[in-house]
Amino acid sequence: MALKSTPRFKLMNLAGWGNVPRFNSAVYRPERSPEVASIVARREDASIIARGLGRSYGDAALNESGDVLIDTRLDRFLDFDPATGTLECEAGATFDAIIGAFLPRGFFPPVTPGTKYVTVGGAIAADVHGKNHHRDGSIAEFIDGFDLLLAGGQAIRCSRQENPDAFWATLGGMGLTGIIQTARLRLRKVESAYITVDYKRTENLDQTVAAFADGDENFQYSVAWIDCLAGGAALGRSVLIRGNHAKAADLPPDLRDHPLTATRRRKRSVPFNFPGFALLPFTVRLFNDHFYATHEDGRKTVDYDEFFYPLDSVLHWNRIYGRRGFFQYQAVFPAAAGSRCLHELLEKLSGSSRASFLCVLKTMGKGSGGILSFPREGQTLALDIPNRGGHTVEFLRELDQIVLKHGGRVYLAKDAVMTRQSFAAMYPDLPRFNQIKATLDPERRFSSSQSRRLGIGEKA
Amino acid sequence: MQSFVDSRPQTSPAGETVTGAAVPSGNCVLIIGASSSIARAVARIFASAGSDLILAGRDIDDLKRTAADLRIRSGRRVDIVPFDAEAFDTHESFWRECQTRGGGALAGVVMLHGHLPIQSEGQSDLRIARQAIDVNFISAVSVLTFAANDFEARKSGFLCVFSSVAGDRGRQSNYVYGSAKAALTAFLQGLRNRLSRSGVNVLTVKPGFVDTAMTWGMPGLFLVATPEKVAADVHRAIRRGASQIYTPWFWRYIMLIIKSIPEFIFKRLKM
Repeated sequence: MALKSTPRFKLMNLAGWGNVPRFNSAVYRPERSPEVASIVARREDASIIARGLGRSYGDAALNESGDVLIDTRLDRFLDFDPATGTLECEAGATFDAIIGAFLPRGFFPPVTPGTKYVTVGGAIAADVHGKNHHRDGSIAEFIDGFDLLLAGGQAIRCSRQENPDAFWATLGGMGLTGIIQTARLRLRKVESAYITVDYKRTENLDQTVAAFADGDENFQYSVAWIDCLAGGAALGRSVLIRGNHAKAADLPPDLRDHPLTATRRRKRSVPFNFPGFALLPFTVRLFNDHFYATHEDGRKTVDYDEFFYPLDSVLHWNRIYGRRGFFQYQAVFPAAAGSRCLHELLEKLSGSSRASFLCVLKTMGKGSGGILSFPREGQTLALDIPNRGGHTVEFLRELDQIVLKHGGRVYLAKDAVMTRQSFAAMYPDLPRFNQIKATLDPERRFSSSQSRRLGIGEKA
Repeated sequence: MQSFVDSRPQTSPAGETVTGAAVPSGNCVLIIGASSSIARAVARIFASAGSDLILAGRDIDDLKRTAADLRIRSGRRVDIVPFDAEAFDTHESFWRECQTRGGGALAGVVMLHGHLPIQSEGQSDLRIARQAIDVNFISAVSVLTFAANDFEARKSGFLCVFSSVAGDRGRQSNYVYGSAKAALTAFLQGLRNRLSRSGVNVLTVKPGFVDTAMTWGMPGLFLVATPEKVAADVHRAIRRGASQIYTPWFWRYIMLIIKSIPEFIFKRLKM
């Protein structure tokens, strides 16, 4: 008699990182790779979507009344070539684990979002970008290929040469083409675990935009923290934070002996959802003033955690927005419209009482070729907006209208409220994506709450 | 496949800094039932602490992936030997093969294989109950007999075996599984008693609820521990030569309470 177990699911009420919205799903979490195919093939009528560490903010990794497949237990490294830095791994491997295993050998993720608690599968599905987008592009540039499991249970190899349509539809395709099982990713060679950072304060938006234009090419990483409560003459005042990987020889003497080992800090955690009054405009005002005042112009050497992942040092930081959660809003708009679009957005934000901590502005380089990928040349603005009920959604949709007017688009990994009309206008390549999806997934088995809200994958 | 040797202390997945103090470098640990998530976490800690590994189990494709992962992370040597708990007549040659691969001096064995039957099936079909007893108890006895005799003769080595809190008291919800684990616990007590004179440590591990494929989606779980937490506890217990651990630790007290309920009350409870 053979021992066997049928894949079991758990009924869970899941949310994205913003904690809003929440939906019930049947959740699978396989520990052996062939189980993924049997879970997908198990029910021919049910919708299913892959999920990693749940760091997308809205409903991209949610599936109301459908199935969700969490791949975090399939997280193994399968091959590594130190000559090229090419790592083959299962899709559930996290950036945190990659840094832990490879930074001591002098390798770092070539592109990283603002958290290391993301999986490789999730990074591909969102075609993530980081502070080096203006120079290096998104993660797509460093993905050599991946194996994609289709609805029928068979896997196909995807790369720029093999099944290129599936490759470019899956990069940025939010998991809607299938389930990424393994991926090949080129890591970056680094000499140290440290970044040499230059801080530069600006007093208004014009100065900020000018500061970016002047000298961004000298920095691999570049971002500005904007005070989006500041209005009037101080509208758009910022702290530019730009840096390069520190060479071992440039480190202070006390760090030079172990250049690839950063000191580990104790992690703090937000133990419960904060009450609503914690984020009154004046508390955020105080925080922003403090941040601006304490970041004087100058140069510092900081470790990678402090530079790339300041929020990761506080586990569950999303709880400070309370039980009702928050929306993260990120848009990119062409450089030509950049200044005008930024002005309008910031004026709308500082004029509303919707407190947001510092928001983030950066310059983006060329897009990757991912059909639904977010990044494109121009400027991108990202900010948090606490959920205060019905009007919040209207407010976000008004922001969408401003972005749309200036030829910009909103990031699917952050979005929770966009309308179909706005989405179709922002992503003109949607029909081509739908065409490829129709050949890969004719029964439309792979869908999420987000894809149904936005009509992604539907027949024309 | 490129391998790496990094002699500096590594950080375990549990975030605890471990050194290779207890298991001398180059010594080899055999992990039986190496496909489970707890086994993978145990293997990662041993590898990062400087042990070579032999992974044993039925799912060879899966073990190959885990072995590749361990080699890349640690640069240690990782071998695979097929093991089928129910094929008793293969156990002797299995043990010989592991001994050979371990250079004749295995540092120890971590035995995690097991099978949780659906209780309702186990109580209506003897074949199901018998299979649970075979896998959870008899197969462990089989392999431990070979291992114990070898380790006793050379007066070294450790035997770390996963039993369960389910073996501490029979309950209607899983007494078939629980009885096999209770038998295993008693067997290990006797074995420990016998081998203590030879310097061979026998460690009984009693995990509470652990967040694994075995428990995923089960109703009524509480205080569920991660596989990494259990693995860190087990590694620490092996290093300090403990006889028995509950993991996480508070299960000792939960089971103390459950064991102390008088039978005339206990038999009426829904547990």
